[in-house]
Amino acid sequence: MLFGIEWDRSSDLAFAISIFPILMRGLWVTIQATFLGFFVAMILGLVLAALKSAPLKIISWPAYAITEFIRDTPLLIQLFFLYYVLPEYGLVFPAFITGALALGIQYSAYLSEVYRAGIEAVAKGQHEAARALNLTGLRTFTHVVLPQAIPRIVPAMGNYLVSIMKDVPILSVVTVLEMLNVAQIIGDRTFNYLIPLSMVGGIYLVLTIVASAGVRLLDNALPKRGLPLK
Amino acid sequence: MSESIIKFDKVVKRFGSLTVIDELDFEVKRGEKVTIIGPSGSGKSTVLRILMTLESISDGVVWIGDEPLWHEQKNGSMVPASEAHLRKMRGQLGMVFQQFNLFPHMTVLRNITEAPVRVGKLSKAEAKDRAEELLQMVGLSDQANKYPHQLSGGQQQRVGIARALAMRPKIMLFDEPTSALDPELVGEVLNVIGQLAEEHDLTMLLVTHEMRFAREVSDRVCFFDRGKIKEEAAPDELFTNPKEERTREFLKAVLEEK
Repeated sequence: MLFGIEWDRSSDLAFAISIFPILMRGLWVTIQATFLGFFVAMILGLVLAALKSAPLKIISWPAYAITEFIRDTPLLIQLFFLYYVLPEYGLVFPAFITGALALGIQYSAYLSEVYRAGIEAVAKGQHEAARALNLTGLRTFTHVVLPQAIPRIVPAMGNYLVSIMKDVPILSVVTVLEMLNVAQIIGDRTFNYLIPLSMVGGIYLVLTIVASAGVRLLDNALPKRGLPLK
Repeated sequence: MSESIIKFDKVVKRFGSLTVIDELDFEVKRGEKVTIIGPSGSGKSTVLRILMTLESISDGVVWIGDEPLWHEQKNGSMVPASEAHLRKMRGQLGMVFQQFNLFPHMTVLRNITEAPVRVGKLSKAEAKDRAEELLQMVGLSDQANKYPHQLSGGQQQRVGIARALAMRPKIMLFDEPTSALDPELVGEVLNVIGQLAEEHDLTMLLVTHEMRFAREVSDRVCFFDRGKIKEEAAPDELFTNPKEERTREFLKAVLEEK
């Protein structure tokens, strides 16, 4: 029994059907962690991208260093650090929040590069035309650069969303009851690992295929020349 | 036609160790149509880019009317211009680019009205009227709601001209406006520029390889070589009777190519 739901061990099929709702509880946590992590990554990534594009080296350099540091150290170490070390300095968060934060920080490094690449891909001539027309820097960014950068940024961000989802099982090591952790507990208690683990794999496969298809649809739907302004 | 509207006073532009503009002295009078010719890398486009404030200068002073472009006068001394000063000065100039540089996500109409509405503080209706007038002038009245990629190169460049004119600049800069076009589309763009050249008050500075056109429309032709004006004269004079050996070589090479 887990989350008040009993399993039925009369046959493999009955077992699979009975644990499905339990796994769904775990899936819900996985999805929450995915989106919270992604939200953190989006905001933090934007901040990092903005800092990296600053003209002053004193500002841009640390941002580059932070990005490199985050990308070049394993997610698991960052997670342990947040989970075990921060409490020593009085910063105690629930495991779920710590986990989502770790994911968000890790992926902010990747997303900052996505933002930067999308923005830098806008042709130099666009900036020059905007300057020649005396548009302000802000107006140029919001109405010339962003509409052309977004169709490049969004599909790449979608891929990282799928990626985050596949990294959520790492949170099981700090006791977050996401889907894989739930499956493992079921295995521990029933000595049947094959069925719950296979089901988790299958559910992930379905989710990933659906999400990737969604990203592709979105990619096709976005106008390549930029969000139109009439 | 007497006082100068553009004046380069010993202007130097360096990119690293490369000197692109070398102590250039250059003057254009109000309403004058001047063509700049010369080999690639001679600094002719840089002159326009400096005027449009797309490129800063390393030394010297550029004057627009009686105000320095890249400097501000404070307590009698010249200090580097602030962005506010550059914005004010930029309003007097319009530029047409070799690659058009239209905003691909905006309709033709929006391309032309964006700056008058946001920068010129015109109402949308006023800006639209002005845009329609300009589109008529460049012969594209029926294309206002299309996007740039739906137009031919020649049409795009004509939109580019209309867009620059919409801010009512006193000085128009044309940076090789037909170099990116298929040969059969060059004429329609030159026609529009030629039409503009009829306007008495408009000062025009044109960088081009279209020698015959330069001869037709300009009051003066300047031959640039290694960041300096090697020779300048009225077009008939310069094309038929160049004084400098370097000019002769260049003209011979260019005209043979045609």
